Amino acid sequence: MKIELSREKVHNDFAKKVEWISGQNLFACYQCGNCTAGCPVAFAMDIGPHEVIRYTLLGLEEETLSVNTYWLCASCLQCSSRCPKGIDIARVMDALRMIILRKKERKDYIQISEFPEGFLEKVPQIAFISGFRKFLS
Amino acid sequence: MNYLYFPGCTLYTKAKNFDQTARNCSLLLGFELVELPNWTCCGATFPLATDNLMALLPPARILARAKEQGEVLTTLCAICFNVIKRTNHLIQKDGEKREKINQFIEMNYQGDLKVLHYLEILKQEIGFSTIQERVKKPLNELQAAPYYGCMLLRPFEEMGFDDKERPTLFEEFLTALGARSIDFPYKIECCGSFQSVGTPEVATECAYRILTSAMRQGAEVIVSTCPLCTFNLDQKQSDILKAHLDFKTIPVLYFTQLLGVAMGLEPQTLGFEQNAVDPIPLLKRKGLV
Repeated sequence: MKIELSREKVHNDFAKKVEWISGQNLFACYQCGNCTAGCPVAFAMDIGPHEVIRYTLLGLEEETLSVNTYWLCASCLQCSSRCPKGIDIARVMDALRMIILRKKERKDYIQISEFPEGFLEKVPQIAFISGFRKFLS
Repeated sequence: MNYLYFPGCTLYTKAKNFDQTARNCSLLLGFELVELPNWTCCGATFPLATDNLMALLPPARILARAKEQGEVLTTLCAICFNVIKRTNHLIQKDGEKREKINQFIEMNYQGDLKVLHYLEILKQEIGFSTIQERVKKPLNELQAAPYYGCMLLRPFEEMGFDDKERPTLFEEFLTALGARSIDFPYKIECCGSFQSVGTPEVATECAYRILTSAMRQGAEVIVSTCPLCTFNLDQKQSDILKAHLDFKTIPVLYFTQLLGVAMGLEPQTLGFEQNAVDPIPLLKRKGLV
């Protein structure tokens, strides 16, 4: 893939929006990959959290939002705790979720009606409340 | 001295054994957990989007109500502890958000309550040496793996619970009870948390890694501080068995259940029927029940 860099491109509106919701400075990231190395769910992610930051800074909105990375984030804050540049990466992942969930199309990540039978009785409410807050508009 | 106590939703239902054992152990240690009147759900997640003030209102209201009753608030559930403590920190530090939140909940709370986890009460206020003296039935070198998970420790700057990479508080607690504490590399790794609702197979894999890591170091039991961790580590073992044929089950107990065993509480009051993997054969083998 050929990528052209320009000032306008890295200061794109999508990145600004992510920075605004997350309160984080994405430009601090120097792509060391520490976040991805320590992430307990990286094994199931399409791309690592550090790559998500890179995609965002390149203005690749559609590509960034089409990966499963930010949906799989469990907000355990391991990445945020270990980032040598002090970026709270879990907040960046949450910002991406919010960008999807706040759109008027309401593309929820889960559908309650699709839960298997007996699921609601089995799982503790703490999992539902936090899960619904992360996955539903 | 008595402590104001916020149980949280799950401790009233799926984790009743956690709540009951803590209340009973407290009485044996000479204090009472006084339930906060009119408590509500804390929201179960600290909002990471900086513009989401709405999710801060339930924990803020809990804090403001608690402040009317006392100076210290304690919780058992690690997630409630995280949400309430982080909200308290935010109210202390961010004047603008504090004002907005107060206007919305129509209360005046300044963030001056002390939020302590029950383990911190045991360490700082009671003392592990006192607990050791009160132990009636030492745990007979039971090889127990302390599983911290995420919520007690991170973010370190706000939680201040223990070292963020190599905590030891839980180990000290287990040693005081006469158990042999097992160190294992996955003790601060995430259990998959709410992914058990979003992408359950990912949470199952996380649990598999944590449990097998502890077992490789010789653990006979995993000790937890969180109802969600316990769900993922204990209840999901039936799913792990389907995904990994080499897997062997291991009991997962709340730390208060082990405290109860050590304090000599009757086994039928310890709520073992709520644990998915039956811990009684292990405890019998160790001569503890």
